[in-house]
Amino acid sequence: MAATRLSGGAMVIAAQPRQVQNAIDSIWTTLAAIPDPEIPVISIVELGIVRDIEFDNGEVVVTVTPTYSGCPATEVIAAEIERALVACGLERFRVQIRLHPAWTTDWIAPAARERLRAFGIAPPGERAPQQTVDVSRLRRSSIATIACPRCGSSRTRELSRFGSTPCKAQYRCEDCLEPFDYFKPH
Amino acid sequence: MNRDEQLFDYLLRIADSDLVLAQRLGEWVGHGPVLEEDIALTNVGLDLLGQARLWYAYAGEVETRFAARGRCEDELALLRDASEFRNLLLVERPNGNYADTIARQFYFDVWHRLFLFQLSRSGDARVGEIAAKALKEVRYHVERSADWVIRLGDGTDESHAKMQAAVDELWMYTGEMFESDATDQALTIAGIGCDASALAHPWREQLSSILSEATLTLPTGAWMQSGGKRGVHTEQLGHLLAEMQWLQRAYPGAQW
Repeated sequence: MAATRLSGGAMVIAAQPRQVQNAIDSIWTTLAAIPDPEIPVISIVELGIVRDIEFDNGEVVVTVTPTYSGCPATEVIAAEIERALVACGLERFRVQIRLHPAWTTDWIAPAARERLRAFGIAPPGERAPQQTVDVSRLRRSSIATIACPRCGSSRTRELSRFGSTPCKAQYRCEDCLEPFDYFKPH
Repeated sequence: MNRDEQLFDYLLRIADSDLVLAQRLGEWVGHGPVLEEDIALTNVGLDLLGQARLWYAYAGEVETRFAARGRCEDELALLRDASEFRNLLLVERPNGNYADTIARQFYFDVWHRLFLFQLSRSGDARVGEIAAKALKEVRYHVERSADWVIRLGDGTDESHAKMQAAVDELWMYTGEMFESDATDQALTIAGIGCDASALAHPWREQLSSILSEATLTLPTGAWMQSGGKRGVHTEQLGHLLAEMQWLQRAYPGAQW
């Protein structure tokens, strides 16, 4: 799960790769227990924003890729990570932000998608494969059919491209008449 | 100006346009015509604010290369006066009625997407990363504003008249987006920035197709107002900054 790169401190770390790997695994486990502040049914690891955990000269470096630029949860998440690392007894650590590659909903774990649905949020669909960005088209060619997370009906309607958080759109089910959030493929 | 000073100025232009438009959109909070629109406008504003922060943070780092110290995001956003702002005049125009807000957003969004696409291939890795991230968000912005231009333009007689009046009124502020000054040219040659004038044609093509679907007429006025890139603004920017900056001015260093 963890992509570890043992840069720095190689003398010490290379001698004990298994302990380092164990430590990193245990940090992944710790972070996997931190819920997303705005969608608490999934963890920040399942959301795909924790990209990397590594040791750099004895310092733990956690790399985070934010979802949307303006997401107010980003700073809360960084603070939660720091708090969790302190609780693990770690003293030397830092949380760094990585912008590239940009976060995508494709990084959301499959199990988390089902949990989103059970929570009442329609999980993001597949993104159109986009090797190149096409800026010549302004409008959507079609609007994908989104199944209602409550009754499963596919007779749903988009109310707004924007919902309670930047990552969601507002929909309504024409059968059960309930409104629901749709996690936009991004 | 040396290269770093030019890059600093260039980054401020991008960040300031994002920030000022975000502030304008924030003025709609609690005043949107329906709840969904209230939320949509502020979500777009939030995206732009987040993007502005990324650009300001980088600008502050670049500033350390030629100045005694680099300013932080808050200093750049909240402690500069109107003449130091480099945003497009278009984005400081007041909200007006809903058609005015939509027309301003539509003009900006179509340009913004084309602009960010070019920057996403910048030779400066950081510029490219921020642009690539912002580009994903701007796709939603432009789809939404195009939808609204069509809905209002091809709507009732009244909405059509207001939408046409809005695109006509703001037209003279669009020319500035495609002007290239010494900074633009130097950074384009360096492979960092983008050739502003090259965006004019695709922008106009995309605009035409949406306006025609919206049964609206593409404005034809040739005279264009400009000045934002060199800090010459309309009086509305001063009022906007007074409201946006007063807290940091009255209580320097105040934090949440």
